[in-house]
Amino acid sequence: MKKQNLWGFCVLPLYLFTLLFVLGPMVYMVAVSFAANNSSGYGFEWLFTMDNYKKMTEPVYLKCFAQSFRLAFSTTALAALIGYPFGYFMAKLSEKRKKLMMFLIMVPFWTSSLIRLYGWIIILQVKGVLNGFLKAVGLIDKPLKMLYTYPAVLVGMVYALLPFMILSVYSSVEKMDWSLTEAARDLGATPVQAFFTITFKMTLPGLLTGVILTFVPSMGLFFIADILGGNKIVLVGSLIQDQLTRGSNWPFAAALAVILTIMTSLMIFLYRKITHAKNLEGMF
Amino acid sequence: MEEKRPVVLELKNITKSFGETEVLKGVSLTVREGEFVTLLGASGCGKTTTLRIIAGLEYPDSGEVLLEGKNMENMAPEKRSVNTIFQNYALFPHMNVYQNIAYGLKLKKVPKAEIRNRVEKVLSLVQLDGFEKRKPAEMSGGQRQRVAIARALINNPKVLLLDEPLGALDLQLRRQMQHELKRLQKKLGITFIYITHDQEEAINMSDLIVVMNQGKFEQMGTPSEIYDHPMTSYVAAFVGSANILKGFAQKSGEEILILKNQDGTLPCMRNGYPIREGQEMTIAVRSENINVWREPKTDHWIRGVIREKSFAGGMLRILVQLSDGTEVVISRQGINFHYEIGEHVCLEWNPEHGVLVDMEGQR
Repeated sequence: MKKQNLWGFCVLPLYLFTLLFVLGPMVYMVAVSFAANNSSGYGFEWLFTMDNYKKMTEPVYLKCFAQSFRLAFSTTALAALIGYPFGYFMAKLSEKRKKLMMFLIMVPFWTSSLIRLYGWIIILQVKGVLNGFLKAVGLIDKPLKMLYTYPAVLVGMVYALLPFMILSVYSSVEKMDWSLTEAARDLGATPVQAFFTITFKMTLPGLLTGVILTFVPSMGLFFIADILGGNKIVLVGSLIQDQLTRGSNWPFAAALAVILTIMTSLMIFLYRKITHAKNLEGMF
Repeated sequence: MEEKRPVVLELKNITKSFGETEVLKGVSLTVREGEFVTLLGASGCGKTTTLRIIAGLEYPDSGEVLLEGKNMENMAPEKRSVNTIFQNYALFPHMNVYQNIAYGLKLKKVPKAEIRNRVEKVLSLVQLDGFEKRKPAEMSGGQRQRVAIARALINNPKVLLLDEPLGALDLQLRRQMQHELKRLQKKLGITFIYITHDQEEAINMSDLIVVMNQGKFEQMGTPSEIYDHPMTSYVAAFVGSANILKGFAQKSGEEILILKNQDGTLPCMRNGYPIREGQEMTIAVRSENINVWREPKTDHWIRGVIREKSFAGGMLRILVQLSDGTEVVISRQGINFHYEIGEHVCLEWNPEHGVLVDMEGQR
């Protein structure tokens, strides 16, 4: 009993930290979302009002939510489509090559993601690298408008989040017991059947983790859409940032954030219900 | 062995290398229907590779695998009528027992009702009735073993391959499973090819034992042939835990041959080999056949010094060292042994217990 008490004592700082820096701000945010904006400038007044939430039902904001969800879904789907085979084949490489691949995946993290996004501008802009290449090869006559379009934003999002998908798939394929696939073959499964009935099912937790690790951030990432999408694609994230700074409407920003958090949590909840993912790799 | 049974599996001069390592150096084997064949050897001798080549999980560099007379060259494992029981069982952890066992039949699109019927039957065959809903993780090692057996047997394989299936079980369970496997094999009449490094297991279960050493088949034969008439010093030492002694041919009779070395004379059976006088030869003598005396009682004996005595499993184990450092192990029933460590003794054995080995190409 005494030992347990001691342990309880040791984790106390953890609870305190969570309380202070996670739960506290959340509660504050929810409280602010019911406050009234001070129209004369920064700040707000502590009145209880539902105005901020009512405001969100305006079409322009609903469209913004829809756009955010659409982008998050496409990003996650694309990342899964590319990331699963990538992680799968990476895990099957020799030890030496695995290390090299891991290194190559890690290298971009040494540079600020903002700077890497500017790299994409250089590639995608009208007089950019990609247009130059396509023209030189003779595939196009006139440069394509790629920058400041929805696909450009999608490319940027997938680019930013793909490593999380790859690494979580990789880690579960790494742990795969290949004698199971051999057993499946031995029992009459073709390589394709063995993959879908055994390997895929066994590595599903990694894919599911990857999906959450890409979906959740892609709901909130706004600077990619800002930089690669110009002002055409407005996500909830950029809207919140806008309301906090230029719009100077803190209560509305808080309300937007509350709804975004609730919706994202709801998505994860539903997702876990559907996939029966009880043990997501490295999560929960 | 009944010679009339048809041949079900043939290996013809199989070789296999992994990188620089030559794992199989040309092995050939003929297995008849319903036989229990054991590949016996120390780890790394190539026995698992042989099994994987039969299963199709590995392809040979050269040589042929014939299954029921058909050449299996480039034949994928799923197209071969053999099934394997893997060393770690390789049960699918995301499926329950029923799904695991039904896996092979489902792939073959067998009707559901028939699958249900056959799973039930095979489950009662391995005495696991009522375990359908269990997941492998919720079962003991012995139960998982039975599921692996059931999962393989339900496909009615021509040949069942077993890769050290009892290796992970404790001794008592292992003995029990040995009997059970043998019972199943007899009842079903399926050909078993069984891998083990345990010579007792091999002797208890097999119709035919193949002793493997460094990628080669050292000797093939019935358990008693292997045990009583080892052809090489490796087989004698590995299977019978025999002492390997060297000497030079001194006197050759019709039946009995006498060798001589620095410590005395060693009698053995000539076995019809032509003998040159002075030729260096090797004999194997099993520990239980050696007598120890202070003074010689017969004409032929060697001298040695007692170095160690230990008692285990109802047997006394005595270690005697010869003058050239060779250690001879002698075993005795019971604990009574009136000689002390450091005492000089004479070792004797009946000529029929001395077996000439490593005589390949000498006949």
